[in-house]
Amino acid sequence: MRSTEGTGCADTTTALTLHINGERQERTVDNRTSLLDLLREDLRLTGAKKGCDHGQCGACTVLLDGRRVNSCLLLAVAADGTEVTTVEGLADGDALHPLQEAFLAHDGFQCGFCTPGQICSGVAAIAEAAEGWPSAVTPDGVPDGPVELSGGEVRERMSGNICRCGAYVNIIDAVREAAR
Amino acid sequence: MTTLPRTLGADTARLEGREKVTGTARYAADHGHPDGLFAWAVPATIARGEITGVDTGAALADPAVLTVLTHENAPRLEEGVDPTLAVLQSPRVAHRGQIVALTVATSLEAARAAAGAVRLDYTSEPHDVLLGLDHPGLYAPEEANGGHPADRERGDFDTAYDEAAVQHDAVYETPPLHNHPMEPHAATAWWEGERLCLYDSSQGSSTVQQMLAQLFGLGPERVQVTSEHVGGGFGSKGTPRPQAVLAAMAARVTGRPVTLALARQQLAAVTGHRAPTLQRLRLGADRDGRIQALAHEIVTQSSAIQEFVEQAAAPSRTMYVSPHSRTTHRVTRLDVPTPSWMRAPGECPGMYALESAMDELALACGLDPIELRLRNEPDREPDSGRPYSSRHLVECLREGARRFGWQHRDPAVQGRRDGRLLLGTGVAASTYPVMVSPCRAEAHARADGLIDVRVNATDIGTGARTVLAQIAADALRMPLDRVRIHVGSSKLPEAPVAGGSSGTSSWGSAVHKACEGLRRQLAEHDEVPETGLTATADTTEEAKRGQEYARHAYGAQFCEVQVDTATGETRVRRLLGVFATGRILNPRTARSQFLGGMTMGLGMALTEHSTVDREFGDYAERDLAMYHVPVCADVPDIDVHWLDEEDPHLNPMGSKGIGEIGIVGTAAAVTNAVHHATGVRIRALPVTPDALLPHL
Repeated sequence: MRSTEGTGCADTTTALTLHINGERQERTVDNRTSLLDLLREDLRLTGAKKGCDHGQCGACTVLLDGRRVNSCLLLAVAADGTEVTTVEGLADGDALHPLQEAFLAHDGFQCGFCTPGQICSGVAAIAEAAEGWPSAVTPDGVPDGPVELSGGEVRERMSGNICRCGAYVNIIDAVREAAR
Repeated sequence: MTTLPRTLGADTARLEGREKVTGTARYAADHGHPDGLFAWAVPATIARGEITGVDTGAALADPAVLTVLTHENAPRLEEGVDPTLAVLQSPRVAHRGQIVALTVATSLEAARAAAGAVRLDYTSEPHDVLLGLDHPGLYAPEEANGGHPADRERGDFDTAYDEAAVQHDAVYETPPLHNHPMEPHAATAWWEGERLCLYDSSQGSSTVQQMLAQLFGLGPERVQVTSEHVGGGFGSKGTPRPQAVLAAMAARVTGRPVTLALARQQLAAVTGHRAPTLQRLRLGADRDGRIQALAHEIVTQSSAIQEFVEQAAAPSRTMYVSPHSRTTHRVTRLDVPTPSWMRAPGECPGMYALESAMDELALACGLDPIELRLRNEPDREPDSGRPYSSRHLVECLREGARRFGWQHRDPAVQGRRDGRLLLGTGVAASTYPVMVSPCRAEAHARADGLIDVRVNATDIGTGARTVLAQIAADALRMPLDRVRIHVGSSKLPEAPVAGGSSGTSSWGSAVHKACEGLRRQLAEHDEVPETGLTATADTTEEAKRGQEYARHAYGAQFCEVQVDTATGETRVRRLLGVFATGRILNPRTARSQFLGGMTMGLGMALTEHSTVDREFGDYAERDLAMYHVPVCADVPDIDVHWLDEEDPHLNPMGSKGIGEIGIVGTAAAVTNAVHHATGVRIRALPVTPDALLPHL
């Protein structure tokens, strides 16, 4: 855990309890701390990446109570009491999550920096489609039941996660395979 | 030869893949230390002038802030070769965004808040930040990037052009472009006595080691740099960047480890970019389309502190028949950030202009654009007269035409309409030179049967780790799982940067040589001794060979676009690349490299540009909300193919570089398709809706 010497006094810090990757974590944080910095710097979960710190790139995507969020845009204090799943929490022991396996099988990454965010985002995107959430390219009318993840649906739903290496073609294949 | 299945050329998954999909791969800012500090950079807010006053009182009021470094108190550096690394050494400001102070604190939040509280007074001087064809400061540099001569003349261009039956004369413009790797430039530094240790986000830690050693007045053996995983670079991490120097300074002053990750908004000014170009292209041809005269004249810019000249005319010296040729570069020094390498410097913007001009010439001659290129295929490199070691551009064009269905194309512009959409197709050629640098490597046979292969290569996402292990296994005639490959640390044998599409050629040649040496040693032993066996390699001599040949990779790119006549929006429907780049060593990672290059080229064609702010002197687009790199929804199903190309004049693997050629030609293929769809020729990238709509 990082040193907190000299930082903050009682009125600028807040005591929090979060459940992160299934573990209860109690922390007193500087109120300015983003959820991303709490994960990376206090909890040493550096899988979530800081690509822009402004919610523009998606590299920091994690699951908050099962929904994908840009953890850089969320103050840690606003996540008090939530359950957070990061890329480190997706695998079941040595058994990777099916989407992690699909990223390996389809070479869905190059440098790997956006990958934790892509995978967390993809896990949630698959869940959203299964729950019948429409996207901007879903045909008009409320879908009755799960939305099939066509290439176009995946492109739309994964567009909040930038990959500068340009692995999109492979990411689309990986997400579609894991959704099947 | 061997009966073992060859590892080289086999589809092989990335060795570090599991770490990357589970989030355990560590990048430069991921190495937190219990005693570690955080730094935040403060950029200059004037375009030119001098700092006249420094007030750090408010910043230091927070006890969490340990120091604020400025030119007044920062450690003095020795003179280095890169003036952009002379940070905090002088009150002079050469461009807006230049780093002028650094806060260091026990938390990221405190460091960032302190950076906002630093007060600097400036004397501002008038600035000059706008490039133009007639800028008074234009001069002929001694050479352009890569050691290319600034000017080349062959024959008598003026006369041949005047006498040409068909003439084409146009200016093509490319804007400043930013690399924007996903990982912002970051470093974690600490000192162990008089020894500097660093995790740095870099394309080559041997280079960082040498340049930091020089700046801090240390022997290179007292600087250790690790770049184990790097979140992309695309040229912007090819040389050390200020974060490495600043983190090292801050660690020196505080005596504690310091992490500095530049903010995304700070990258545009201090980590390099592709300089803008204004390119006048003149092609004079006979009525059959054979080029008689070619002139490619570049106007570009660099900063006040460093000369960098984008060698955009270089490809016109090697691509097509051109009996009479003039290729020139002119540069002016403005009060702007310093440009540098971005994926395929020279070839990328230069081939956009040349391949656009070829499309226009084809139309002027009434020829199919592929046929025009076939008629201008040289049998020797025009500029040097050297024979090509291999050149299969024609085969790429023909194979691409077959796969794309080019034979069904109606050459008429505005020939296809689908409701309010206009449809069109375009083609362009790609090229990238073969480069190789000296490299060292070591192969060590362990008593347990495994082989340690050491080389300070850097895997910035290319798959270098994997392909080097394949090369080693192949040279050792052993299965891949007996090889342990070690890359990404200056403790390893010295190696050149991951740049110029030369990594695999350079590092691989050394790995191959070391492993061949070890294989000979192993053949002389019944069993590996307890202390193991070691072979080393240095390819200084090998790297000089092959200069009697012109060595380039080639490709052909085909594109189909739709243009919305109501909105002016262009969308790419299909993109196909066919490449001839020597032997493909790992089809899986090679395909990804081509896909990635083409995707970046698509961004260059349609969305990416940076704009110099006339008033403030910096780039208006500084983050990923303003600078539009392609997102998933922009990218269609891209098709990549390659030809089996045998070339004995390259390296032991028979490979040419593949990291950059994918971006070369893509933009022209897209814009040629836009012209085919609409009849509108936009000669300034990118083709955004506002540029196209007034003409529809």
